[in-house]
Amino acid sequence: MTFDRKIGDTILAVDQISLSFGGVKALSNISFSVNEHEVFAIIGPNGAGKSSMLNCINGFYHPQEGTITFKGNTRRQVRPSEAAREGIARTFQNIALFRGMSTLDNIMTGRNTKMNKGIFWQALRIGPAEKEEMENRAVVEKVISFLEIEAIRKTAVGTLPYGLQKRVELGRALAAEPDLLLLDEPMAGMNIEEKQDMCRFILDVNDEFGTTIVLIEHDMGVVMDISDRVVVLDYGKKLAEGTPDQVRANQAVIDAYLGVAHDDDV
Amino acid sequence: MMGNSKPVSGSVDTFPKLLIDNAHRIGERPAIREKDFGIWQSWTWLEVKDEIAAMAAGLKLFGFERGDSLAIVGDNRPQLYWAMTAAQVLGGKPVPMYQDSVPEEMQYVLEHAEVSFAVVEDQEQTDKLLEVMDRCPHLKEIVYEDPRGMRHYDQPFVRSLDSLMQAGRKFLAEHPGWFEAEAAKGTGDDIAIMVYTSGTTGRAKGVMLSFDNLIITARNAVEWDGLNETDEGLAYLPMAWVGDNIFSYAQSYVAGFCVSCPESSDTVMADLKEIGPTYFFAPPRIFETILTQVSIRMEDASKLNQWLYKHFMGLALRTGPAILDGRPVSFVDRILYALGEFLVYGPLKNELGFSRFRLAYTAGEAIGPDIFDFFRSLGVNIKQLYGSTEASVFICMQKDGDVKPDTVGPPATGVELRIADNGEVHFRSPGVFVAYYKNDEATRTTKTEDGWVLTGDAGYFDADGHLKIIDRAKDVGKLNNGTMFAPKYIENKLKFFPYITEAVAFGHEKDYAAAFINIDLEAVGNWAERRGLAYSGYTDLAMRDEVYELVLDCVNKVNRDLSADAALAGSQIRHFLILHKLLDADDGELTRTRKVRRNTIVERYGQLIDALYSGVDVCPVEATVTFEDGRTGTIKADVKIRQAMTYGEQQAQAAE
Repeated sequence: MTFDRKIGDTILAVDQISLSFGGVKALSNISFSVNEHEVFAIIGPNGAGKSSMLNCINGFYHPQEGTITFKGNTRRQVRPSEAAREGIARTFQNIALFRGMSTLDNIMTGRNTKMNKGIFWQALRIGPAEKEEMENRAVVEKVISFLEIEAIRKTAVGTLPYGLQKRVELGRALAAEPDLLLLDEPMAGMNIEEKQDMCRFILDVNDEFGTTIVLIEHDMGVVMDISDRVVVLDYGKKLAEGTPDQVRANQAVIDAYLGVAHDDDV
Repeated sequence: MMGNSKPVSGSVDTFPKLLIDNAHRIGERPAIREKDFGIWQSWTWLEVKDEIAAMAAGLKLFGFERGDSLAIVGDNRPQLYWAMTAAQVLGGKPVPMYQDSVPEEMQYVLEHAEVSFAVVEDQEQTDKLLEVMDRCPHLKEIVYEDPRGMRHYDQPFVRSLDSLMQAGRKFLAEHPGWFEAEAAKGTGDDIAIMVYTSGTTGRAKGVMLSFDNLIITARNAVEWDGLNETDEGLAYLPMAWVGDNIFSYAQSYVAGFCVSCPESSDTVMADLKEIGPTYFFAPPRIFETILTQVSIRMEDASKLNQWLYKHFMGLALRTGPAILDGRPVSFVDRILYALGEFLVYGPLKNELGFSRFRLAYTAGEAIGPDIFDFFRSLGVNIKQLYGSTEASVFICMQKDGDVKPDTVGPPATGVELRIADNGEVHFRSPGVFVAYYKNDEATRTTKTEDGWVLTGDAGYFDADGHLKIIDRAKDVGKLNNGTMFAPKYIENKLKFFPYITEAVAFGHEKDYAAAFINIDLEAVGNWAERRGLAYSGYTDLAMRDEVYELVLDCVNKVNRDLSADAALAGSQIRHFLILHKLLDADDGELTRTRKVRRNTIVERYGQLIDALYSGVDVCPVEATVTFEDGRTGTIKADVKIRQAMTYGEQQAQAAE
């Protein structure tokens, strides 16, 4: 907890990634790099390839070309479970929680990669499995306290308001103690107060644990406020990369957002 | 000190001395608990003593001097209670402050109390203090308990409680016996604490209470109810309120019982269930909320459960209070009640966290007879008391077995009471405050030379010697036709209905009585839902004709009640309206303890009050509201005004 926030070396390098589904090119030739302890945003209009990019990073999609280097390991194809073990956690655009389970149990699933005692011991909750569960529960309780969701610890997630469900999902990702946290539209559909809360939590996570954060977000105000650097995608291509101020001043970005016709439009 | 003080509390006459005494006598028993990371952590009296010693030494090292004031801001946390004792060890005055105050409100207290040190809970409170620090010349040091988010604060005068206590521990290791010697310096007539009364009028006043005030009063109340170290309390009401200081601090030190601090202010009800306290205090509002929730949840229960609940609650209301008070009850009823305890009352009490209650008090406002009877019929020994900050809480309290819903009981041990000619209640007791800090004029107008305190409340004794409070003496007015008008009495009768959360009655120097109503969003919202009535929020719901009908029914019932009382029959409510917004402490319309600020309301809603007396049906309004983040906005609405039924005396009898 005594980390001093300083932008470090490259933790994630995306090199010339191309991804297509049949004839549809979702991403073409994308490169950027994210530094350690950075808050990095991917923005762009609908269909720009933002979520596809995230899915490539955590191994859910396998790009046809290019490489992704995470913590020095260059890889072409990786399974999501391996990515999780390497220290990548994520949240989803549409909430993907176990609706009938409590907040606590949902967040416990985030510890899945850290719990490796056999199913037999876990089912009986004896011996080493008990110790393991207690250690992992302690981490989860820290997350619950951090996100200030003590009051809903035992509440079934499906009955919670949307903003809180988003927070639980962030909690599950945090429980994995990731080095890299991918957030897919963490603030979509929230009211102003919920957005402010979420911004505070994202910055606090970055600040307290030094977690590197890559996020996708539509709300420009939010992105420009909390990000160190931004990459802009449009139609699967990279338009710009830089600090929020640089990006804001970029003509290509302005055009994309104001809807100027694309040359390659048929 | 006032002349009539009872014998001082013996040699153990301060909280630091009580702490050391408890650590000797019952050192291994739990003194305080807190739920942290989902687990209840406890500290024994011995451990608490060590923590407080380290804190006191730390405070001293960083320059806290005898006579200094120490502000305490935050939710109920063990460390904040310890800070209180630590200041007392050093001969300082703890000044607990309301944690939801805005910076400007804090600034007033910090400045007035000449606070030099502040121990605060977290970043939020630190930020508030830093915001006003340049206007508080005495404030030198801010100590925070929770380090979250505090890493970038590099001000030299902002430090963590942890680092302060570490320095203190080092000092203690080098100076054995320092703590005991320091604790022995205080005496019973030193100032133990300064609490700022929220005050419905004017600026808050700093009430100085001595150790004798608090300890003698707490001890009398402990004896009255036979509390001991095996009891359990829950500390969840604001620390700035004198009641919390008595129930969670003074009485815990005197009786040696354990107090538990909830995990957060949102989890109080769950924590209550987990801890199962034996001794509990809650303002009527909380009991009311609990009853509302039980009623709402029962409506969603299965048919069988609904039938059981209805059947056995009927039995309980008939026989429960009598069983609790030890009055004769038929054998059959006793058997049935025991069955009810097994099937309904026991499980319900367990669900609420009331299973182990030996004793529960309520005070501050009148409690609805329905609510009072509901809990007593379940076998929950809920009693009323009457108190004030100036009395170190206890003035009157009900005895076991002699409990009524509409009185506050006979005078507490050591309290003398008299009713002045204007109906005002005066008292004299060992708990009578020393003085208001830096406000001799207010002290003189409140406390007489010979130690009587003017409460400002109007009341009278009933046939059994119980005190009955009707209103603030200054608020009791007259209608133009000469009828007595007691606004609070009327408002309370309105508020006893679950659909009405707040009411403001008008009538002094007017032709008739009239009222503003705030509906209870949860209860009325639920009612609306069941009728398929869609609404977008409070304002929308409050403007509905159906809701007006619902409220009209309540107002009519109040009028019928009033008409039965010869003195008050003339003050029945002729016109009423439902306000378009909830009265809110953030808008200055209520005090932090949720009492109505009449003057503010008269100023702000003058237009609506005029409308109540001008015979119009609709009045357009625009109101400014303050959001939680401090921004302001406006609400526009057309407020409707309705006429209520009034009853003659005969009609009332016929209706019954």
